Amino acid sequence: MKELNLKRRDFVKIFGLVSGGLLIGCNLSGDKATIANLDDGISFMPNLFVQLQKDGKLTIVVARSEMGQGIRTSMASAIADELEADWEYVSVQQATGDAKYGNQNTDGSRSIRTLLNPMRKMGAMAKSMLESAAAKKWNTDVANCKAENHYVIDVSSGKKIFFGDLVEEAKTIAVPSEDSITLKDKKDFKYIGKKLKSIDIYDFTHGNAKYGLDARLPNMKFAAIARCPTTFGTVKSFDKSDAVDISGVEDVIQLDRLKPPTGKFFGMLGGVAVIANNTWSAFQGKNNLNIDWDMGPNASYDTEKYNEKITSRVHNKGKVVPPMRGSVGKAFKDASKVIEATYTMPHIVHAPMEVPNALAWVHDGKCEVWAPVQDPQTVRAELAHFFGFELENITINVMLLGGAFGRKSKSDFVVEAVVLSQKVNAPVQVVWTREDDIQHSFYHAQNAQYLKGSLDKNGKVSGWLHRIAFPSITSSFKPMSDYAAGFELGMGFTNNPYEIENIQIENVKAEAHVRIGWLRSVSNIISGFGVNSFVDELAVASGKDEIDFRLDLIGRDRIAQGNSPHPFNTARLKNVLKEVRGLSNWKKQLPEGHGMGVAIHYSFYSYVATVAEVSIKNGKVKVENIYSVLDCGMCVNKDSVINQMEGAAIFGMSLTLFGKISTKNGVVEQSNFHDYQMTRMKDAPNIHVHIIDNDENPTGVGEPGVPPIAAAITNAIFNATGKRVRSLPLSDHGMV
Amino acid sequence: MQTLSINGKNYQVDAPDDMPLLWAIRDIVGLTGTKFGCGVAQCGACSIMIDGTVVRSCSTLVIQAVGKKILTIEGNSLNLEHLRQTWTDNNVPQCGYCQSGQLISATALLDSKESITDEDIDNAMSGNICRCGTYVRIKKAIKDAVELRNQA
Repeated sequence: MKELNLKRRDFVKIFGLVSGGLLIGCNLSGDKATIANLDDGISFMPNLFVQLQKDGKLTIVVARSEMGQGIRTSMASAIADELEADWEYVSVQQATGDAKYGNQNTDGSRSIRTLLNPMRKMGAMAKSMLESAAAKKWNTDVANCKAENHYVIDVSSGKKIFFGDLVEEAKTIAVPSEDSITLKDKKDFKYIGKKLKSIDIYDFTHGNAKYGLDARLPNMKFAAIARCPTTFGTVKSFDKSDAVDISGVEDVIQLDRLKPPTGKFFGMLGGVAVIANNTWSAFQGKNNLNIDWDMGPNASYDTEKYNEKITSRVHNKGKVVPPMRGSVGKAFKDASKVIEATYTMPHIVHAPMEVPNALAWVHDGKCEVWAPVQDPQTVRAELAHFFGFELENITINVMLLGGAFGRKSKSDFVVEAVVLSQKVNAPVQVVWTREDDIQHSFYHAQNAQYLKGSLDKNGKVSGWLHRIAFPSITSSFKPMSDYAAGFELGMGFTNNPYEIENIQIENVKAEAHVRIGWLRSVSNIISGFGVNSFVDELAVASGKDEIDFRLDLIGRDRIAQGNSPHPFNTARLKNVLKEVRGLSNWKKQLPEGHGMGVAIHYSFYSYVATVAEVSIKNGKVKVENIYSVLDCGMCVNKDSVINQMEGAAIFGMSLTLFGKISTKNGVVEQSNFHDYQMTRMKDAPNIHVHIIDNDENPTGVGEPGVPPIAAAITNAIFNATGKRVRSLPLSDHGMV
Repeated sequence: MQTLSINGKNYQVDAPDDMPLLWAIRDIVGLTGTKFGCGVAQCGACSIMIDGTVVRSCSTLVIQAVGKKILTIEGNSLNLEHLRQTWTDNNVPQCGYCQSGQLISATALLDSKESITDEDIDNAMSGNICRCGTYVRIKKAIKDAVELRNQA
């Protein structure tokens, strides 16, 4: 066995993890500072494993969570492509939560963006070693050895050898340095950029796919937890006698709130847990608890009144935040036309089809978890913090996520399961009911925006004032965080793409009374609606075509300065807008009662333009067609990217048509899919997606399709009816 | 103790009479392909077939299925096989969680009609929520499955 070259940290070959196999990996775990420094989204941060077995089986460890974005397939395909592997031999193994894999936080539409090249290098490095192994075996020049479809071929003689038969030889080959690795030319890609079906498709279609809720252990218990109807209320007293009468119920346990430390983690809400030998009995037991609650600090939260409060606040001056250009006051004074508008949106909730859940087993000083989590390392760190386990004694097995949309980044449900497993000394699966999910989430922020804009005598936008009020995600980590944070304002507010001489952005106070969290595309949903609606109003006021108006407003071709790994490029934004004009046959003759609306948005470094076509019949809206154009740089799995864009359109429709979480006396009024409705098959429009084909570095896919949808629909409603919808959802206007 | 016939196999199930089938199938029988989504027959994730009729197993009692034939996603039928094929060809699923229920509802639709219109699909499939939003592909896959059946 060759000695490990530990001086070079780029690639370290590790032997012995799988008997008889060649395992090529990377190990940065000894240098945490390096990981932290590298985790800037652009630097090389190796975090994947390639494992080749003698029978040719190629196992690729994927360290990001699979929640429908197809990451298990795309990551594996990028490695397999560079490795010249035959896809039939590839299988994926899900990594547990461990810092040795680098950043595993599956969030921010960044897995492909940050990991494509490291992944490709992993594959290319493995290929190079297999070619060297063949050369050694044949005693020939490595230049003659070319990997092709799971074989290495000697081009001088034509003889070939199967990858699996090179395992032993490959173990003796020195790991090549990173700079000696060459990546394939785009024209030679076999899998990258091609249509590849999901690696999990068989399991998905046969009921074999294992989500968190499908985790099973011998003698496991099932738990349901009654939580206070108001956020951060507490248990005064409870009577469990009706609960323990339920067949299957074994125990009832009071849980105190675990409050996270300032700045990190999620803790758990606490409440009263019912332990049973099946899920149904746990649910029934929970329903039969009689609990007297102290409703706590948020018992007066009323979202309707809150809406009035933040709406009135945005009509007054807030904190001016950069960038500020020129003087909006002067622009408004000199204008030939000034218009203003106020937009509001309620809280919304993720409602992934698989409810939050976790199976935990604490035994012999060890803590093992099976759960659908987006960020297993944070879960691990959180469990170490609250329960005092050493990190190495905590194993986070990442199951498939039955949808997540940001909800499963917050690991409160794992903390609950661990507490209960400790208390009952058995494996415990905590299962949230749908009602729990709708009523005790980390909600997307309710919000109000005020915009004021001016047109000069040429119909050009001269001034832009934008005031924003919404409770910040930061409030879930730090008390008294009463203003939107910089990262939230950077999602479409302070990085407004338009070339306007006088701009002023104001951040307006908004306190949180429920837990606030990120939800697919985060505050881009808010800016996407406000900015696109208001630009439409300005376009109408100017009398110009809405697409021409936007192209003018984006202004000159320019690339933003700064140290972004993917600098904002106005030409690419204008390009998607021009493309969607063609794709949608913009301003074609439409039937009576139909209208088209356009919206554009730049988020997660990707460019999207969307046109919606709606029809109005008896005051009710039907979305007939959605046309979306995406520029996300190069695609790894194009079909999966298209699928994400289709899904984003439906997700955006759900929040536009129905999305509303409201509270009275601190209690969420919705409870299940009958009153928190989703887009269904009968509402689904035709969706037309075009992906710009280019060689730019890959950027976000999972989220960028969502932000333009709401305004594209309301702008279309305006074109169909002349009615400007400035508050969502449409169900509040009797339009669905 | 009740006997349930699931996918052609008999299972002895010790469940209270008022337990919904969903939980008997998942927690007692141990077949986890049938999914919990809402518990109140609003989302269709738990769809199964009983004697050829699609039902929401979260709102159907164990006792209602005794002596009948249950088909879950782990089982087989000719139309289900066609649909699996076209689901695969169209790369329908994203997270995949709702797809067991979608496939069962689609199987019931194919079982009930020779030719299938968009309206038939809307009617048969609107009880199944897909939060990932794969409806366009589901619709296409159902139409393709009808084609596949016609060719067979």
